[in-house]
Amino acid sequence: MTRRTRGRGAAAVALLAGVPVVFLAVFFVWPVGHIVERGLRPNGSWDLGVVGAVLRAPSTRHLVWFTLWQAAASTLLTLALGLPGAYVVARFDFRGKALLRAAITVPFVLPTIVVASAFLGLFGTRGIFAGVVDLDGSIWAILIAHAFFNYAVVVRTVGGLWSHLDPTLDDAARTLGASRWRTLREVTWPLLRSAVASAAAIVFLFSFTSFGVVLVLGGQRYATLEVAIKRATLDRLDLPTASVLALVQLAAVVALLLSFAATSSRRGVRQRLLATGDVARRPRGRAEHWFVAANLAVMAVLLGTPIAVLVERSLHPTTGYGLDFYRALFDTPARAARFVPPLDAIRNSLEFAVVATAIALVVGGLAAFAVAGRGRGRRPLDLLLMLPLGTSAVTVGFGFLISLDRPPLDLRSSWIIVPIAHSLVAIPFVVRILVPVVRSIDDRLHEAAALLGASPARTWREVDLPIVRRAALVAAGFAFAISLGEFGATLFIARPDRPTMPVAIFRFLSQAGAANFGAAMAMSTILMVVTAAAILLIERFRTPGLGEF
Amino acid sequence: MRRVIALLVAVGLGASAIGCSSDTKPRAQASQSASGSESVRGQTITLVTHDAFAVTDSVLKAFSDRTGITVNVVKGGDAGAVVNQAILTKDHPQGDVLYGIDNTLLSKGLDAGLFDPYVSPSLSSTDRTFDLDAQHRITPVDESDVCVNYDKRATTVSSLDDLRKPEFKDKLVVENPATSSTGLAFLVATVAKFGEDHYLDYWRALKANGVKVDDGWDQAYNNDFTLGSGGTGSRSVVVSYATSPPADALFATPPKTTSDVGSVDDGCFRQIEFVGVLKGTSHSAAAHAFIDFMLSKAFQEDMPEQMFVYPVRTDAALPELFTSLAAKPAHPVDVPQDQISANREKWIRDWTAAVLG
Repeated sequence: MTRRTRGRGAAAVALLAGVPVVFLAVFFVWPVGHIVERGLRPNGSWDLGVVGAVLRAPSTRHLVWFTLWQAAASTLLTLALGLPGAYVVARFDFRGKALLRAAITVPFVLPTIVVASAFLGLFGTRGIFAGVVDLDGSIWAILIAHAFFNYAVVVRTVGGLWSHLDPTLDDAARTLGASRWRTLREVTWPLLRSAVASAAAIVFLFSFTSFGVVLVLGGQRYATLEVAIKRATLDRLDLPTASVLALVQLAAVVALLLSFAATSSRRGVRQRLLATGDVARRPRGRAEHWFVAANLAVMAVLLGTPIAVLVERSLHPTTGYGLDFYRALFDTPARAARFVPPLDAIRNSLEFAVVATAIALVVGGLAAFAVAGRGRGRRPLDLLLMLPLGTSAVTVGFGFLISLDRPPLDLRSSWIIVPIAHSLVAIPFVVRILVPVVRSIDDRLHEAAALLGASPARTWREVDLPIVRRAALVAAGFAFAISLGEFGATLFIARPDRPTMPVAIFRFLSQAGAANFGAAMAMSTILMVVTAAAILLIERFRTPGLGEF
Repeated sequence: MRRVIALLVAVGLGASAIGCSSDTKPRAQASQSASGSESVRGQTITLVTHDAFAVTDSVLKAFSDRTGITVNVVKGGDAGAVVNQAILTKDHPQGDVLYGIDNTLLSKGLDAGLFDPYVSPSLSSTDRTFDLDAQHRITPVDESDVCVNYDKRATTVSSLDDLRKPEFKDKLVVENPATSSTGLAFLVATVAKFGEDHYLDYWRALKANGVKVDDGWDQAYNNDFTLGSGGTGSRSVVVSYATSPPADALFATPPKTTSDVGSVDDGCFRQIEFVGVLKGTSHSAAAHAFIDFMLSKAFQEDMPEQMFVYPVRTDAALPELFTSLAAKPAHPVDVPQDQISANREKWIRDWTAAVLG
């Protein structure tokens, strides 16, 4: 039986992997390769002297070191705050939980420049907490901002699996006399490890390649590789330096991913997954109530206050409170002609997000089954899929500009290029969310299905699909949110007639005057509401799914 | 209605104007565009420009209705980033016309051979001191002054020298010249004012006095300037534009006729923005028609309240806010164009080492 499964697996993997491989080759490897080649082969001959020069420069070492340690620190902080939150969301029922799950994802999509502005409003020299803390230009502002953005990654990735773990395992361990801590360490942790590692890898990558947060909150003092690549490419057109730094970043990301793969090579433990309804319950006793309350407080402070600052500002014209900024968004006097009509921006964002989510689910979904299978190519494929997260949006955007500019792929003037760029960022999330779930599917279910005469396709449809459906919805929510908030690549390839909400916010901010700033804040608030609504809606569609077997 | 009449006048003027170039080739192209207006009907041209580009819908629509040309606008970030993208995509340009390259970046675009020459018939109606390229590869459209701005409620600044004084400790925020065209203009102004030998001393003094450097204008003005709309800024002096006061008044809620933003008439850099036909376009007649439109009275009079810049057309009327609130600097610094071209990268490098190093 095992041999048969393996043989079928290899063929299926090849089939499953084909689509993602071609997609990434065309829309990632080729454009990025093209721009790097332009940097290292300026006049038709390779100039590798620049590689040594850039690598030897002390400034490069500083860059790499800072990028690494701030990413590690951000990951630890995010895990420390997020894992208890994941437990609360996975295991406890309380009023407003669905809303909370959607709300915690909102920070993830906010344009970094808006968030940085909110953080300055809280922790800056004249912020609300002025006198208590002044984090302007401090490393803590960067770390906390990274935790703000990535909290949802931990809660949703880890919480997604945790909510399916069988709590009777814990109960059994406790009954046998294990302490709470020992139960956590020896029963829960082995089952959760792959999801935690996945979340940590994503948070690390996100912090490692952080751009907007470091650009605004880091001032001129702190710069990540990503920021340095942006400056070399966009501001100086120093493509040789940009190419070398891009390769350094890529090499670092590959090394990180390989070491991640090595430490988590033990697969997720095959286990019985339950429907969340069977797992979550109301908190019991004083300790549990306190634990839930403490975590809700962390969410309120970490995620709530910056958002509250944004909303407050959008409602705060010079005199009193009111909806002036929102009204101004919707009536377009002649002098506001430069502005993007907000309804158009919302529609553009939603349309792009739907297409990007569809692409990410198809490409990422196929890839997840290929990666979770046993084919030989699954490791390289897994790696390839993660690379776009480790590549500068500027590199990708500029790569698109010079490589997708002629038939048969003359996409520079087509709208589809925007959702494609968004999906490049979303696919790794889809894969990371789906793989642990797919791996956890008990092989005996396959065997039973095969034994009962089901074809592989039918087995997939009736065994695998129902199990991954819920995870796929979580992944869809993420992909949708990523597309709504994506700004980096959009900036370089946004179709002129199709500006998205983040692009509109950015345009408001590039003009003087309170009305423009207020409009940016109002648009940011709308972006948050649309995101939360979209995620809520997607979760509505989720079927009882896992409860069916 | 006034705008329509202005447009008709502008078109009439344009047709009767005579290009005054000594170069015969561009003149031939000029006459071709004037007579070939029928052939451009139905064409779509793409305008590549920076984020600050804006035009009133009705003004642009009048152009499209009259010529039959549809204008597609692609915005690519800060002016510097737009020029860099144009250089990168030179072999397959993203558009037909590029607007927004300024006199600090001009040589970069010209050296890269981005533009085809064109002499607009309307050029004769503009202030010719802004016409900086003898080969007419670019056409001046507008000008504005990068100046030191301050919060009138908190302080008064009368010269760049003031900013070295102890009372301005931790009060100034500027833009990085490597990443912002505003910052680059101010750097050039300090070179002109203090001289090649001493400008870095000035900057070291600013550094010792706690100058904050931001990547771009929006961060500096919105987040760090005390009158910035974020409301959290702690810096009462910022490098911005002489036209910030009218922008501040127009975009106040509700709009007002006064402003607390003051602009210093010292060490201002006159930034001239140009438009050019991107080499390789297959719509050169339509591109020429669009450049003529940018020089038309309708567009030139629309610009001030859209982009907060001054028209280059000598007969364009200014909106009232500009005449009441924006004092045009009397003595902007005077830097020869070839000095900027020759030293731009060196100045940025030296500045980076002195201020950020």
